[in-house]
Amino acid sequence: MAETLDRETFDHLVELAALELDEIQAEYLRRELNAQLASIAELAAIPIPEGTEASLHGIDYPLSRSAQPRSDEWQPYDDPDGILAQAPQTEGRYFVVPDIPHTRIQGKGDEQ
Amino acid sequence: MTHLHQRSAYELAQMLRNKETSALEITEAALARIEAVDGVPGQIGYGDLSEADQNKVHAFITLTAERARQQAQQIDKQLAAGEDPGPLAGIPFTVKDIFCVKGTPSTAASKILANFTAPYTATPVARLESAGAVMLGKVNLDEFTYGSSNESSAFQPSPRNPWKLDRVPGGSSGGSTASVAAQEAPLSLGTDTAGSIRQPAAFCGVVGMKPTYGRVSRYGLIAFGSSLDCPGPIARDTRDAALMLQAMAGADPRDSTTARVDVPDYLAEIEKDIKGMRIGLSPDYFRISFPAADGAADGSYQDQALPAEIEAAVRKAAEVLRALGAEIVEDVPMPNSRYGIPAYFVISRVEAASNLHRFDGVKYGYRTGDKMMDLRDQYKRTRNEGFGLQPKLRILMGMYVSAAQYSEQYYQRALQVRTLIRRDYEAAFDPHGKYRVDALLTPTTPTTAFKIGDVYGDSVLMQYADQLTVPANHAGVPGISLPGGIDQDGLPIGIQLLGPDFSEANLLRIGRSYELATADAAWRKALPEIDG
Repeated sequence: MAETLDRETFDHLVELAALELDEIQAEYLRRELNAQLASIAELAAIPIPEGTEASLHGIDYPLSRSAQPRSDEWQPYDDPDGILAQAPQTEGRYFVVPDIPHTRIQGKGDEQ
Repeated sequence: MTHLHQRSAYELAQMLRNKETSALEITEAALARIEAVDGVPGQIGYGDLSEADQNKVHAFITLTAERARQQAQQIDKQLAAGEDPGPLAGIPFTVKDIFCVKGTPSTAASKILANFTAPYTATPVARLESAGAVMLGKVNLDEFTYGSSNESSAFQPSPRNPWKLDRVPGGSSGGSTASVAAQEAPLSLGTDTAGSIRQPAAFCGVVGMKPTYGRVSRYGLIAFGSSLDCPGPIARDTRDAALMLQAMAGADPRDSTTARVDVPDYLAEIEKDIKGMRIGLSPDYFRISFPAADGAADGSYQDQALPAEIEAAVRKAAEVLRALGAEIVEDVPMPNSRYGIPAYFVISRVEAASNLHRFDGVKYGYRTGDKMMDLRDQYKRTRNEGFGLQPKLRILMGMYVSAAQYSEQYYQRALQVRTLIRRDYEAAFDPHGKYRVDALLTPTTPTTAFKIGDVYGDSVLMQYADQLTVPANHAGVPGISLPGGIDQDGLPIGIQLLGPDFSEANLLRIGRSYELATADAAWRKALPEIDG
């Protein structure tokens, strides 16, 4: 039997993914996620010989044909204003965002 | 009389050199064709489609007509001055809107990038332009390339199949293949992560090649599955595809995954005959396994034979190649191909989720119009409003299967399955092995183009459109889809050739021989609905 995502796990994932969903979207996405999990259940049944390596790429990268390292030298970009002009909000040379939330980590000396 | 927009890139290049036409005339002919058949470009928030809309192709998101005219005039000036403007001088092409092109909107067919103007140009586009090719504009795709039909684009109307306008063009490079099939441009630049060049090429009756991973630079490509993405050419014949690949292939210091492997002279190579080449057929490519039809979420599968017309087209192509002197090798086992989709569901989603975290409304792209007090809330609102359902689904799936407690069960296992898939190809292509094939000949897709609306929304069924193409992406090997017939509904059938690493020249060469041998076949006389 394939794994199914319960609502609590789903909501946690949504939070980690920095999304917020309305009910209609959440219902569709959870149903499709469960269908996808069902379709990958087959992976568990595939006989994988002992010692089979994981491939991060299909093709090999022997040194003879992989890219040569380049010298570590910085190069100025010719149009920083063009980059800044893409930003939704800037002030001077800065990108502007709302307050960054932070949580105080409780440690020694924090006890009242 | 053959109009300029009907000519191949190769013919246009010859005509230009013989001064039978000018680059500007070629560009104007392409723009006139687009004006006649394309209809309104894709846009955010488009309402219901009119009847007129349903009879147009809608390949484009952004037409860059003035930019194209200026480039064409520049080419004409160079020609007049006796300079060599490059092998693709004056040839129009379209670009899947997943590539950055400086100064043009580069949207990924997503609302989250709808207002993004690229500050730099992708290497494959830069190389085509420096070879003299003239970009006509940016064409539609599935949002962030996530689909096989183009219906998920945030820019509607999404492209329609020029062969039958109630059918999808396939995807995700559907705008590219539709623009080439509709003769809006002889060439288009696409990308293939699971079949996104080959599947829509098959649906639209054009040639589409996924080169070896690392053959063409990914610099400037908005990333989906970084270990799988391959830019590649789309054209109406193999000679044009060879011409286009020639201009793009080769190492790029800006993409460390490109390979330092010599680029052959493809145009010369494709004219060689195929006598003595060994071409394999695999029973594992003549069946498909779909999730159980009753929709039970228990991971059960059912094997189905391919539609008879599709299998027949492949077997007939094998006979054509045999008659040309190739040796056909039957029963090449590719047993792990059937695991391509489950492994892809895991690997591609993990990579997609990682790649999509950068879209946050801070430095570029869409930001929610709501005033948010807190950065994290702004991220969430922005991403919710900016992403469509398919990107959201891929992010969630990717995060789930890569979570620490599931990574071993899913991600690591999928990467091992990838090794097994790769070994199937290595065994088939091993020059000292049992089969020693130069290429495998297979169908490209399990069906011909399906109706708009028939599959969209079912993310699992949609993914299975890529079942016969995705194994090559896992393995990194090159593949090409060629027109191989017309089915009883009048829709193109695609046949696929797969070869060992960096064997693009051989695949194009086999394709060219096949094209020449079938040039007079009755099915090649069929015309798309857009021309009917």
